[in-house]
Amino acid sequence: MDRIPILRIGDLLLVTIQVDMHDRLAMTLQDDLTERIVRDRAKGVLIDISALDLVDSFIGRMISNTAAMARVLDAQTVLVGMQPAVAITLVELGLTLPGVKTALNVEKGMQLLGKSYS
Amino acid sequence: MSTNETAQRVSALIKQFESEILTSWTGELAAKTFRNDDTTQRHCRQFLALLPAALAGGGEDINSRHWDDVRNQLNEISAQRAKAGSTPNETATFVFSLKQSLFTILRRELVNEPLPLADALWAISTVLDQLGLYTVEVFQKSRDQIIVRQQHELMELSTPVVKLWQDVLALPLIGTLDSARSQVVMESLLEKIVETGAAIAIIDITGVPTVDTLVAQHLMKTIAAARLMGADCIISGIRPQIAQTIVHLGVNLEDVVTKATLADAFVLALSRVGATISRG
Amino acid sequence: MDTDGTFDLGQFNSPLLTRYAGSADLHQVLPLRGDEHVVNVRKHVREHALELKLSLVDQTKLVTAASELARNTLKYGGGGVVVLERLTDGLRKGLRLVFADTGPGIVDIELALRDGYTSGGGLGLGLGGTKRLVDDFVIDSRPQEGTAVAIIKWKI
Repeated sequence: MDRIPILRIGDLLLVTIQVDMHDRLAMTLQDDLTERIVRDRAKGVLIDISALDLVDSFIGRMISNTAAMARVLDAQTVLVGMQPAVAITLVELGLTLPGVKTALNVEKGMQLLGKSYS
Repeated sequence: MSTNETAQRVSALIKQFESEILTSWTGELAAKTFRNDDTTQRHCRQFLALLPAALAGGGEDINSRHWDDVRNQLNEISAQRAKAGSTPNETATFVFSLKQSLFTILRRELVNEPLPLADALWAISTVLDQLGLYTVEVFQKSRDQIIVRQQHELMELSTPVVKLWQDVLALPLIGTLDSARSQVVMESLLEKIVETGAAIAIIDITGVPTVDTLVAQHLMKTIAAARLMGADCIISGIRPQIAQTIVHLGVNLEDVVTKATLADAFVLALSRVGATISRG
Repeated sequence: MDTDGTFDLGQFNSPLLTRYAGSADLHQVLPLRGDEHVVNVRKHVREHALELKLSLVDQTKLVTAASELARNTLKYGGGGVVVLERLTDGLRKGLRLVFADTGPGIVDIELALRDGYTSGGGLGLGLGGTKRLVDDFVIDSRPQEGTAVAIIKWKI
């Protein structure tokens, strides 16, 4: 089964989601990320969804859960690159992802992470 | 003559005398100062070509699927007329003026059959009346759609998002914030955030007369959507009455930073993005 | 027209489904039996939305709604189908989707339509939110018989 690749940059993990994920793939990603945070002693996780034109409640919750689990493991998560149409739709659905930090793009996301863990 | 027989009879007669009816109909339209140009000629010809089959198959029920082609034709004609700025009258006239031409043919061909003639005249009347009303309805709907679209475009023009500073946007809201408008506002703001990479958006509601639960919801949605794209919002311009309403309604503004004036909000925004203001 | 050959629309004792799927000339029937089918539905709905020239926001809302309902059909309805149909109403053009299953049905629809309702331990049906994403939303559910949800998005 295909997996979404996770890149390590220092003590940061970068995930770029570029495919229309089915639920199982999303769950696998969640598991993989949690495992990698522990294994690589990561302090930050950057989830780049700039290529996604769709984020539904399942993916939304996956992202929330991932951020929550990362926090428990002492790592910060930043979600970057949400497209305007996706943001509007998620908010209309009632999903505002309160526990997840956000940034406009990877660069700003890294700045945000750089600031938070010192 | 049963209704079905009548319909069949009328249908056959229309087919038989198609060109005669066409000439008389277009003549009638020209006389009533409806445009008599190539387009009108074409519309009349097409309509007459479709009419017999519709009658034969669907009888007097213009909503049956046999009449689909005829209705679609009328849709097109009405839509074109609406765009060209005609009145609903003109469009209905297109249909009603066919009556005279058809009556003439029917009276001549059924001159020796008074009862069938009466049935046929009645059938044509019923059908053309229904179709005439249909075109008016369609015309109205089409005009409404055009108005909605124009309103939408106007709204886009009247919700300017301005860049106050590097990374700081301001969105002065003026007027009521209904559902349609707030959609446009949200879209404009988010697009500007992408364009400028702004991290802070100041939403100034000095120009919003009333804030009720719905308006508050729209504002909350806008703030949530901006946040998902990495931008924080500050609401400014909250007048005392609005503050009262907000508390009264139980709107939860705990996670939202608010400032009384746009200036105050701007100062806060600047400090957030790391700029300092010094008196020189 | 794509059809999963093993599917018999008649098995759905659903007036909604019969009413919508029975007559249409231009419709597609897509199966909802596995995860990949949900992705497949998104793909098809996206294509239709593009053909319909919906605005980007409306497109996103529609595909997201379809994804939500497809998942519900799969996870809560035990699998089912979705019928896609292009509509015209006078001058408007639209797309109608009817999701149907023969699952346990929803006992309290009012409750399910309310925001924040969850029935299966944390993962809610999300019907209230989904309803806000579309123009028309009709739900017909009978306990022990199944559920059908019909949604329409119009091109303004």
